[in-house]
Amino acid sequence: MSETKTPDAPRAAVGSTNKDNDNSIERRSFFSWLAIGWFGFAAATGGFFTVMIRFLFPNVLFEPPQSFKIGFPEEFSPNSVDIRFKKEFNAWIVRDDESIFALSTVCTHLGCTPNWLTTDNKFKCPCHGSGFRMTGINFEGPAPRPLERFKIGISDDGQILVDKTKSYKWEKGEWENKDSFLKV
Amino acid sequence: MDKKDSKSILEKMGESQVWKSIIRSGVPRTRRQRMHAILGSVFLHLHPARLPKHAVKVGYTWCMGGLSFFLFVNLTITGILLMFYYRPTVEYAFTDIIDLAEQVPLGIMRELHRWAAHAMVLIVWLHMVRVFMTGSYKPPREFNWSVGVLLMTLTLLLSFTGYLLPWDQLAIWAVTVGSNMARATPFLGHEGPGAALLAIGDINLVHVGSDVRFGLLGGRFVGEATLLRFYVLHCIAIPFIAMIFMAVHFWRIRKDGGISGPL
Repeated sequence: MSETKTPDAPRAAVGSTNKDNDNSIERRSFFSWLAIGWFGFAAATGGFFTVMIRFLFPNVLFEPPQSFKIGFPEEFSPNSVDIRFKKEFNAWIVRDDESIFALSTVCTHLGCTPNWLTTDNKFKCPCHGSGFRMTGINFEGPAPRPLERFKIGISDDGQILVDKTKSYKWEKGEWENKDSFLKV
Repeated sequence: MDKKDSKSILEKMGESQVWKSIIRSGVPRTRRQRMHAILGSVFLHLHPARLPKHAVKVGYTWCMGGLSFFLFVNLTITGILLMFYYRPTVEYAFTDIIDLAEQVPLGIMRELHRWAAHAMVLIVWLHMVRVFMTGSYKPPREFNWSVGVLLMTLTLLLSFTGYLLPWDQLAIWAVTVGSNMARATPFLGHEGPGAALLAIGDINLVHVGSDVRFGLLGGRFVGEATLLRFYVLHCIAIPFIAMIFMAVHFWRIRKDGGISGPL
């Protein structure tokens, strides 16, 4: 295709140095626009996938709240396990001789929910037979560590407040923490 | 009698506009025409146009790839039928499964789906065993082996997501245990290595309410959101991805020189 035959036709002028033709694109500016184009494309694609992944994380959960009031300390009788909050909040309230604490109902083996067996005085997991003392310490079955305890304290109105966003592990010595039990 | 009238019904059919518009060529007579007919069909072109004799020996292939695909088609059909009755909500899921067995005509449909699913997992593994034992993963087929590994993973994910849908005790606790593994994902799971590093001051970015397990379950535990999520993954997302990879898998068998032969 010679220039003389079609003088006015816009040329596919990548790399052309013909300054007379207004439609020509400088090599340098072509690469600039190409780079901008690719960055724009990459940013749009990245943003698209980011938004799609963010979409999978809901803002509002229709789950029971993470912290909840369970009543006054004197309502819990000594040396007993209170199973009233197991179903909704996944926590046992245990009172021993000197303290009240909230145990997580999640078995430390594979995450099933054990049962409190009053006659055997232990928590027993139906999945693989792990057993825990009233304190939460494991003593039989495959569970590798004791049950976790939740943060417990007294709220302004004198009721016990359990906060599940903070948990305390025995093997890390966290049961010494003052927030992990309630002195009675 | 005119010569034209003496043609067989098959020949007349082969020359009709309806036939030609669908099949794109007349009744194939020569090898070349037969090859052309195969290549001209979107369904048949995935399959080899010509088969070497050894490829049809069941003793060599065990027909495991074909059976895997057969079971996938089977599961798609029975699965679509089950979707007409099953509602993925905490209120209805369990009773709908009972209903499918006891009230819906052909109560065996759900069992067909279940047994085909078990069989597919087994047969995909056996397919892999066969390919491994015959050395068919070696070049030029190493890419197709990788696609096959992906397809096996997708099969297991289909099996895992389908496991939750009956919403009985076995389902809930099996998926609870299974999804707890995601807690230990490096960086992305709140109990995984490196997760504690992703923090601003005292605030953990990766915790039980923001990690990869949370994204999978749609909550802190296996609940209503999880059931819906697994239902969508099981019925739409994973089969869709699997179909794409299956098309690539079958096409690459042809491109890599057909089915591997005995050495």
